[in-house]
Amino acid sequence: MMNLEIQAIYVMWLRQMKRFVRSKSRLVVSIIQPLFFLLILGSGFNQFQLADIGNIDYRSFLAPGIITMAIVFSSMFTGISVLWDKQFGFLQEVLVAPVSRLSIIIGRTLGGASVALVQGFIILLISIFLGIPFPGPLGILLILLFMIFTAFTAVGFGLIFASKMNDFQSFPIIMNLVMMPLILLSSAFFTVIDTPMLLTIARVNPVFYMVDGLRGSLFGPAYLGSLYVNPPLINLIVVVSLSLITISVGSYSFSKSEA
Amino acid sequence: MDIIKTEHLTKNFKDLTAVDNISFTVQKGEIFGFLGPNGAGKTTTIKMLTTLLHPTNGTAEIAGHDIINKRDDVRKSIGVVFQEPALDTELTGVENLDFHARMYGISKKRRGERINEVFELVDLTDKKDVLVKNYSGGMKRRLEIARGLMHFPKVLFLDEPTLGLDAQTRQAIWKYIKKMNREEKTTIFLTTHYMDEADNLCNRIGIIDHGKILVMDSIRNLKQSIGNDVITLSSTDNQKLLTELKQKDWVKKTETYDDHLTLGVQQGDEKIPIIIERAQKLDIKIKSISVRQPTLDDVFISYTGRTMRDEETKNITVPPRFKRGR
Repeated sequence: MMNLEIQAIYVMWLRQMKRFVRSKSRLVVSIIQPLFFLLILGSGFNQFQLADIGNIDYRSFLAPGIITMAIVFSSMFTGISVLWDKQFGFLQEVLVAPVSRLSIIIGRTLGGASVALVQGFIILLISIFLGIPFPGPLGILLILLFMIFTAFTAVGFGLIFASKMNDFQSFPIIMNLVMMPLILLSSAFFTVIDTPMLLTIARVNPVFYMVDGLRGSLFGPAYLGSLYVNPPLINLIVVVSLSLITISVGSYSFSKSEA
Repeated sequence: MDIIKTEHLTKNFKDLTAVDNISFTVQKGEIFGFLGPNGAGKTTTIKMLTTLLHPTNGTAEIAGHDIINKRDDVRKSIGVVFQEPALDTELTGVENLDFHARMYGISKKRRGERINEVFELVDLTDKKDVLVKNYSGGMKRRLEIARGLMHFPKVLFLDEPTLGLDAQTRQAIWKYIKKMNREEKTTIFLTTHYMDEADNLCNRIGIIDHGKILVMDSIRNLKQSIGNDVITLSSTDNQKLLTELKQKDWVKKTETYDDHLTLGVQQGDEKIPIIIERAQKLDIKIKSISVRQPTLDDVFISYTGRTMRDEETKNITVPPRFKRGR
């Protein structure tokens, strides 16, 4: 029954979109919080001439990092929503329906990723409004791809976490504990190009490839090696592979944990 | 026709046999109740019949589909209302039902009609566009029952349908359950630990305790099997009267509740004058006296040797019926 599975995917997606749109506070916070970074941190550091980034406005440098951060955190929220459903029983309603677990996971993944993308886009638009360089059509396409696969990777990661953990209260705490160093070491806030040790650490950090790729797509090839490390296509291959791995492992452990 | 048929259904958790080798059948169109104290294995049985738990041993068929090999066919044939609410409270009533309808493959045209139909059935039409988080407990239950009926299930499972609801709401829920059994011809399998609920709703019940079915029959037969009438009385000196009456060989069983005495007897109406006469001789005034048919409580006591309440206090540590989060 193909139609039934598509309906199930659609329902799981639609449900998350509706909940997102209705939860005004979540919408507002998820947009305002990154703006704090962009406006306060960005403007604050903008007074100093940071040697590494040359004459580039610090806010422009920061923008890809903040967009990535917003997408990653929002996607991980999918993990919490799974635990939430488990806690409050809705999961049972889904599990007795005559649809496959896979469709449920696909719908959830798409829903979580869509919500994250909406948030990412809003911040991207605000950043463009604040004066970051407007990339050409190819840049836009790359940005889109990076945002999508960043979201998928993070959703997959959230699902893995959620299935290993049954406690939705400690989920955000643990998640923050893991994510903070990854974000801080991802070159989101400062370049890692000239510090070999930071660069080595960055290379084993999945978030680095997302930030570096997004920055590369935004600034274009002229800044390769000065603002960002890898050509965007290399980063894209890494991020796409990461998303495939985390989504597969995530769906697998998710379906196992509920069976 | 047997719509539910279980054979040696068994579920073991680590150190506990939650459901112990039960075999029974439920006929099409009946309201069948599983009556037993908390932790008796009722929910575990429902989880197995609704394909959420894999039996350790044995199997069951629902509407002719095996619960192990034909899970999707079983799922299409059943509706379930769980003990814990399973609604999305951030969505409206209509949205909850619409999502359900989609996942059960009801066509777009049919969906709208059916949603209105089931809303009507549980009298929630005026609340259908309200977010479920603003529903009362009873309204949530009604919505869940409506949702369970959406896809015309052959069997509707209700796990403790009135747990935690006030008396008035319970009456209302009973009314809806009877109505859908009558109007939609849905077979209903419910679990409860409320005697009055089983008494009010069910055609047949099974008394389940410690994972085993102790007895299974129609409520009328079960009560007749006790064979006795029950006399309840209250007097100025219960203790003295009790001592006196206990010596009579026609008094089968006595019990004292608060300021009442209950006596199990044959032909209760003929015994009342005798009791009053005895009391007068002892200078005891009877404040009230009545004869009644045995209730399910009496049936339960006679099959398990204790009241449901004893069982509840004994089972203060409820065994893990189903592993949930935390």
